[in-house]
Amino acid sequence: MSAKRTLQAEPALRAPLRARRAWRYPPLNALIGGGLLLILIGMALLGLVWTPYEPLRLDLLARFQAPSAAHWLGTDEFGRDALSRMMMGARTSLWISLLSVSFAVVAGTLIGMLAGYLRGWTDRVLMMLNDALLAFPGILMALGIMAIIGASQYGIVLALGIAYTPSVVRVVRGSVLSLRELEFVEASRVIGNSEFYTMLRHIAPNCLAPLCVLATSMFGWALLSESALSFLGLGVPPPAATWGSMLAASRPYIASAAWLGIFPGIFISLALLAINLFGDALRDRLDPRMRK
Amino acid sequence: MTVPTALLCVQHLKIRAGAQGQLAVDDLSFTMAPGEIVALVGESGSGKTMAARAAIGLLPAPMQVCGGRIEFKGVALDSRDAPAMRRVRGAQIGMVFQEPMVSLNPSLTIGRQMSEALKLHTELDAAEIRRRCLEMLQRIGIKDAERCLASYPHQFSGGMRQRIMLASVMLLRPALLIADEPTTALDCLAQLDVIELMLELTREQGTAILFISHDLSLVARYAHKVVVMRNGKAVEQGGIQDILLAPRADYTRQLLEALPSRGVLAPLPPANGPLLEVRGVCIEHLGPRSFWGKSPPKRVVHGVDLSIAPGETLALVGGSGSGKTTLGRAVVGLVNPCAGAIRFKGVDILKAANRVHRLQCQMIFQDPYSSLDPRMKIGQILAEPLRHEPGMSPVQRRQRVAETLADVGLAEHFVERFAHQLSGGQRQRVAIGRALVRRPQLVIADEPISALDMTIQKQILELFERLQKQYGFACLFISHDLAAVERIAHRVAVMNQGEVVEIGDRDAIFDTPQHPYTQQLLAAASPLERLAGGGYRIRTR
Repeated sequence: MSAKRTLQAEPALRAPLRARRAWRYPPLNALIGGGLLLILIGMALLGLVWTPYEPLRLDLLARFQAPSAAHWLGTDEFGRDALSRMMMGARTSLWISLLSVSFAVVAGTLIGMLAGYLRGWTDRVLMMLNDALLAFPGILMALGIMAIIGASQYGIVLALGIAYTPSVVRVVRGSVLSLRELEFVEASRVIGNSEFYTMLRHIAPNCLAPLCVLATSMFGWALLSESALSFLGLGVPPPAATWGSMLAASRPYIASAAWLGIFPGIFISLALLAINLFGDALRDRLDPRMRK
Repeated sequence: MTVPTALLCVQHLKIRAGAQGQLAVDDLSFTMAPGEIVALVGESGSGKTMAARAAIGLLPAPMQVCGGRIEFKGVALDSRDAPAMRRVRGAQIGMVFQEPMVSLNPSLTIGRQMSEALKLHTELDAAEIRRRCLEMLQRIGIKDAERCLASYPHQFSGGMRQRIMLASVMLLRPALLIADEPTTALDCLAQLDVIELMLELTREQGTAILFISHDLSLVARYAHKVVVMRNGKAVEQGGIQDILLAPRADYTRQLLEALPSRGVLAPLPPANGPLLEVRGVCIEHLGPRSFWGKSPPKRVVHGVDLSIAPGETLALVGGSGSGKTTLGRAVVGLVNPCAGAIRFKGVDILKAANRVHRLQCQMIFQDPYSSLDPRMKIGQILAEPLRHEPGMSPVQRRQRVAETLADVGLAEHFVERFAHQLSGGQRQRVAIGRALVRRPQLVIADEPISALDMTIQKQILELFERLQKQYGFACLFISHDLAAVERIAHRVAVMNQGEVVEIGDRDAIFDTPQHPYTQQLLAAASPLERLAGGGYRIRTR
């Protein structure tokens, strides 16, 4: 009875239940970002089982061929088919970026939440270490780590992951610090929930939005840093291909065989665009307040 | 004799959100004579702020005037171009905003901010500007005016900042002052202070005030004329006495009836011993941590004694900073006292395991916008406290949640909603539901209605009373709203600067207050009083 009375008093609430429309018309950024991402991932997966040419086969008669019907993206200085190498590199590049970002997000979230929630000495010590790491240029640190553990695919992942962790720690700790003062967190404690449960159930999900944005931009940095490390010879060792190493290798021929640099560049840009659009869509989708 | 021209004349004003959007203000007309105090009264969303902002030409982005005209001193506002409008703004129409905490720029000194407008609108030299600022600060009762000019906003309290804001606006001697809920964020003593000051200053300078407020009882004391607004329309306007004595519009009557009056309380159940006992509790806040260590802690609650019987409502009233919220938080275990004892059913909760006591002692928070997790559905929020009821099956839990939703007057489908889809009143209903879902014996309500509109406040108070009758929980009702307290409390404790200065039965406190601070508080509240013949008048104490 009283329920009816309230509804009459506030007619605006009679709006239909949360519409399912959100899925019927996915937002444009999700469509474009997701579509591009699917194409890139599809390319990487296809590269596992089939490539137009053997990506490592040298063909000295077919060096520096411009894009043609036979070689869609041309050939490089050893006559290797660029498209085949691009497909092979897609897997390595995307995989390395994905793993290193995941590493940074998981490690950074854990440390950031601990520091923000426990505060006091834990916070001070953790943040002092973190700031020291943060003050160090990421690529320089990655270089150092690579020099210690040697050039390999998982070496890059570890190096980049550690290099990106401090920024995640900063962002998460900041969110936690502001969230823990909000009344719903106190309410959770008054209810009798343990600190751990409160952290997991009320604080962590509310940190997601800034994390999503950060993670997608880190994915971009990782793609580029991987190429920088490869360029310095500390990346994935040749003859394996990554987009970054292909871009780096194209440098001497930029005037005579521009396609060698252009296509890896385009693919890196596309991957960045895709992941950023997708990340925005994901953030909106994960936030109930953004659903209309 | 010439007919005095109106200072501000608003005719058939229409404001729309965007070209096709909803009307925020619909056909509003009123006039103001020089020196007159006109109040725009209405709840949030009634368009009162939009109307005032249109008068100063500062509508926020999608809003636009789409009909009618506004004349200031006989000249239509839309005939002024932007530079002309800027000359009017500040120099002739001043504005004071609601939030003193954010309306002053935190990174500029008071002096810079006060002199800014004088530099802009007058030809005075720096020394003269400074002299006038000092004079004005002394006028508003700031002792060390020189130092004040060099200070930053954060060094002042909310009431002080609002005074400074007012002073800087009045420096230019505007003909019209628009005051947009200037005291809503302040406690009742500071509120009175700021309003009295505003009246004094404007009287001296012959300034008219367009006073925007949701609080009819506040407006009633000061305004000459009232315009009651609802959904963008003026439902009633006229002299304040006429409206109070014989409100014509239903909505005005509704607003007046929403003012709480002393209610008849249910008799207390017989009990042996208090439910909650607070003995000599002292609470300290840690001082700010500096590089070299901690500064000494600041004591905010000094040796408070209280007790609450089962089923009883004890109101804890006092100005902001009196320590009442801190004490409430200590009772639920969010803050640890540094001395004293808090006994719940005879067990000292400071020594016993905290969790057991929390099950029977719940809290309703002040701000319904931050007290609900934005990522959880209402159903999840209500079910969460039941995690700690071991013997409950999922079916029983669902039942209890549905029952609670019905109890707080929300329809069943709200289970699937998120907090942001609810209005403030509905959120507070959910917060009450969360506190009651486990059927606690004691509820701490920390200013549960102060963030809500008048008519919603009434609904929530009624709901609270009904539930208390139904479930018989005791309540520590923390509030600075004396009218609400008068309605629902059995006993009242008055706190000032961390001490309980007076405690007693409701009728005794309200009718024969002993302590000077209580008397001050009651004088500042001064609500309206219903007359036998139907109208209202301002109660004098």
